[in-house]
Parts: sequence; C-alpha cells; structure tokens
Amino acid sequence: MTDISEAFANALHLIISADKDLVEIILLSLKVNLIAVFISCVIGLSIGALLAVYKFKGRTICLITLSALMGLPPVVVGLIVYIFLSNSGPLGILGLLYTPTAMIIAQAILITPIIAALTRQTLEVMHNEYYEQLKSLGVSKLAMAKTLLWDGRYQLITVVLAGFGRALAEVGAVMIVGGNINHLTRIMTTAIALETSKGNLSLALGLGIILIIMSFIVNGLVYAINLTAERQAYA
Amino acid sequence: MLNQSSNQKMSQKHELFPLKVENLALEVNGKKLINNLSFKLEANGITALMGPNGAGKSLTLRLLHNLIEKTSGTISWNNQTNQKLIQNAQAMVFQKPVLLRRSVIENLRYNLHVKKIPNKTEQANLIEEALTRAGLKGHANNPARLLSGGEQQKLAMARALMTKPSILFLDEPTASLDPNSTLVIEDLIKEANDQGTKIILITHDIGQAKRLAEEILFLTGGKVCEQGKTLDLINNPQTKQAKQYFSGEIVTENQK
Ligand SMILES: Nc1ncnc2c1ncn2[C@@H]1O[C@H](COP(=O)(O)OP(=O)(O)OP(=O)(O)O)[C@@H](O)[C@H]1O
Ligand SMILES: [Mg+2]
Repeated sequence: MTDISEAFANALHLIISADKDLVEIILLSLKVNLIAVFISCVIGLSIGALLAVYKFKGRTICLITLSALMGLPPVVVGLIVYIFLSNSGPLGILGLLYTPTAMIIAQAILITPIIAALTRQTLEVMHNEYYEQLKSLGVSKLAMAKTLLWDGRYQLITVVLAGFGRALAEVGAVMIVGGNINHLTRIMTTAIALETSKGNLSLALGLGIILIIMSFIVNGLVYAINLTAERQAYA
Repeated sequence: MLNQSSNQKMSQKHELFPLKVENLALEVNGKKLINNLSFKLEANGITALMGPNGAGKSLTLRLLHNLIEKTSGTISWNNQTNQKLIQNAQAMVFQKPVLLRRSVIENLRYNLHVKKIPNKTEQANLIEEALTRAGLKGHANNPARLLSGGEQQKLAMARALMTKPSILFLDEPTASLDPNSTLVIEDLIKEANDQGTKIILITHDIGQAKRLAEEILFLTGGKVCEQGKTLDLINNPQTKQAKQYFSGEIVTENQK
C-alpha cells in the first residue's frame, strides 16, 4: 500500500517538475496522434461526405465495409503494418519499422474508418434535410458534399475529437510497429504498459494521470462545442 | 451589365411557356401515384394547384421542378423537354423552409455563389434587395435557423426570388403562418408575379386562391380533375369531387 501511495506521490512530482522523460513522451504522443488524426481527417471527412451524397451501386457494401473497419482490432492492424514494413515486407526498403512514421501509419489506418463512418452518418441526416432545397437551387453533388462539410462543421469537430481521443488511448498497434524504443518511439500508452510491467509505477501513473486529464479536456471540448452549436442553431 | 443579364432572363421566360404536361405518370414501388396527368399552362399569372390531401399536388410540383424523376409522359417547356437546361430559371419554396446552418446573409450569399454571380457589387445589391424584401435587414447576421417560422419563410421566399426566376413553385408556403405573415408572403408572391415570374402555388386556402390565382388546377387521385378560372371553378365546379372540396365536404378516395 505504501508502495502505491509513494508511487502516486512520485508521479505527481514528475508531473509538477515537468520531468524531461515524461514531457518527451507526452510530446511524442501528441505529435504522432495529431499527425495521424490530421491524415485521417483529410481522407475520412472526404470519404464520409461523398458517401453521404452519392447514392451509387455498391454503396451498401462500402458502408458495411466501413463499419467493419471501424471495429478492426488494433493488434491486427499493427501486425499487418508490421508485415508490410518489415525488412522482408513489400515496403521494407523504406526502413520505416520502429519509427514514429510507422506509428502514424498504423494510427491513421485505425482512425480513418472511424472518422469516415461517423462523418457519413452525421452528414447523411443533414443531406436528407437539405437535398431537395439544394437541388432546387441547382447545386451539384460535389458542391453538396462541400456544403454539408461546412454546415456540419460543429458536429464534425466532435467527430474528429472522438477520433483523437481514440488515438490517444490506443496501445496495441503502436506497440507492435513502434517497438516502444526509449527516446524514439515511446509514447504514453506504450510507456505505461512497459513501465508497469517493469514495476516502475511512478512514471506509469504520472502518464496515466496526464492521459486521463487529456481525455477530460477532449470531452470537455466536445461538450462545449455541442453547446455552442445548439445555441446558434447550427447543430 | 445588369441590363444584359436581365434581358437574358426575359428571353428565357418567353422560351419556357407554354408548359405542356402530357400523360405524366409516376410509379413508386408499383404504385401509381401520378396517373396520366395532362394540362397546359400559359406564361402569365398565378396558378393554384388544389385538391384533397394525397391528391399528388406536391409530387406534381416536384416532377415539374425536376426534383424527382417521372416514370413516363412528357413535360415540355415551350417544346423544350430537357429539364436540366431550365433548372436555373426555376425556384421553389417548400412548406417547411430549409435554411442552411448559417447566418441570414450567408444563406442569401450561398444562392448567389451557386448561381455563379461573382461580381461583388452585383452580389451586394441583390443581397440588399433580398433583405429588404424579406424585412430582415436587422437580422442579417443572425443564425437563420433561429428566426421565427414566418421570418424563415420570408427569407426562403426572398432567397428564391433573388435571381428573378422565370417560374416559382410554392408548396403551401403559408400553411403554418399567422394571418399577418400570410399577407406579407402573399404580397411577395403578387410582387414577384407583377415583375414577370410565373407562379404555381399549392394551397388549401380557398381565400388565398381567390386573392392570388387567376386559374386553378384541381387534382384528385393523381389526375387533373378540373382546370378553370378561379372564380368559375370555385363557384361553379363541374365535377363531384370539386363540388365537395369547395363546399367544405370531405372528398374521400372511394368517391372517385
Ligand atoms: N416517396 C413516396 N413513396 C410512396 N408514396 C408516396 C411518396 N411520396 C408521396 N407518396 C404518396 O403519394 C400520394 C400523393 O402525395 P403528395 O405529397 O403529392 O400529396 P399532396 O396532394 O401534396 O397532399 P397534401 O395536401 O397532404 O400535401 C400520397 O398518397 C402519398 O402518400
Ligand atoms: Mg403536399
């Protein structure tokens, strides 16, 4: 018991003193996940908006595939990316395995379907409401997709934040392709897993606390944005 | 520059009429919703589309405005059957206004953007005109969806009229408005018609039809039941269904 309270006290000390290792891990976490989410947004928002607007043959299959991809087990994604990037894999010559880039790729693969599917869902509701009016004004399908993206911006920000929250909490895939190498590919979740197994509870707890705080911030933002949107009738 | 574009509009207007609808049919899942609909409309004036609930009025308007695809038959605007070519000369206001999640002024600007009017001065003039028309100058920067129902409908009308369409479709535009707002909308309708916009209006309000329309197209069961001058048709309907409708009786499907 004293071990744990001591670890907790140490953890707080690490946070308050802005411990160099701790800060480095946090910054790398943010960097990897922000870049991954950015990539996922570019792809996922586009796919989602197009799926909301275009009713083509095979669309149902796309929607089912997207839902299925949303539930991809992170370790499996990690494994697949690993196979591609490993020395004997098709992309082995790029030498990306065990680098932050590999982690970004894995995270983006995990997050893109989530953002695409949630975007499609959100914008399709809006599309049903807008469709006849926009068609009446003479708006093309592609312009409809753009209009939906803009008019759905508040809801989409919360979609993106949900993706970011999910990325922050992810451990399986980044562990496999990143390798949790100190000062190179060690991020919050992988560090917690490793330090805990090594018995270094202080660092693990310190990172855990930061992770929880970030989760609160993300969800607080989601809440605040929803509230603003509703007040302005933009939801 | 302005003159030139309004001249273009004028010539388009002449090209659009007469509107001839022949044997128009719409079938959804094997159900005939519109059935051998045929009628002819001339360029001028306001035509009221009337008939009991479920008669197919809204569907007819949507077919004319190319929002839904017909199953068979022809719609020809002065012998022109390519609906896409005339889409830009048409506008529609729905019973429940659909406004973008933007400010009042951005809703108006959006329409100009779609209609490819990039000239900033022309844009500003048209927006100013529309805001005045809708009586919403003081609300220009408010979110459109926070306006009252009546204000929203006025904005929708002003948006539809801002590019001076040759034809304006109205689907029960005053159905949920108070008498005052109804009069404002009716004034906008008359004003637009005076300025050369043909209006096809769905209404259940016999008083409104008398106030606005020269002509009534009376539908039942997806067909034209009767067409005639407003007062003739209301005071002296020829068909049983129209008699019942205008005398306030209930027209039911099995009385067809
Ligand atoms: N998408 C659809 N699928 C199946 N049936 C439809 C569809 N749209 C309309 N209908 C049916 O077609 C008929 C005509 O509908 P429409 O909306 O044109 O009626 P309306 O004359 O406008 O009636 P109201 O006065 O109530 O607005 C109705 O019986 C309606 O249930
Ligand atoms: Mg209707």
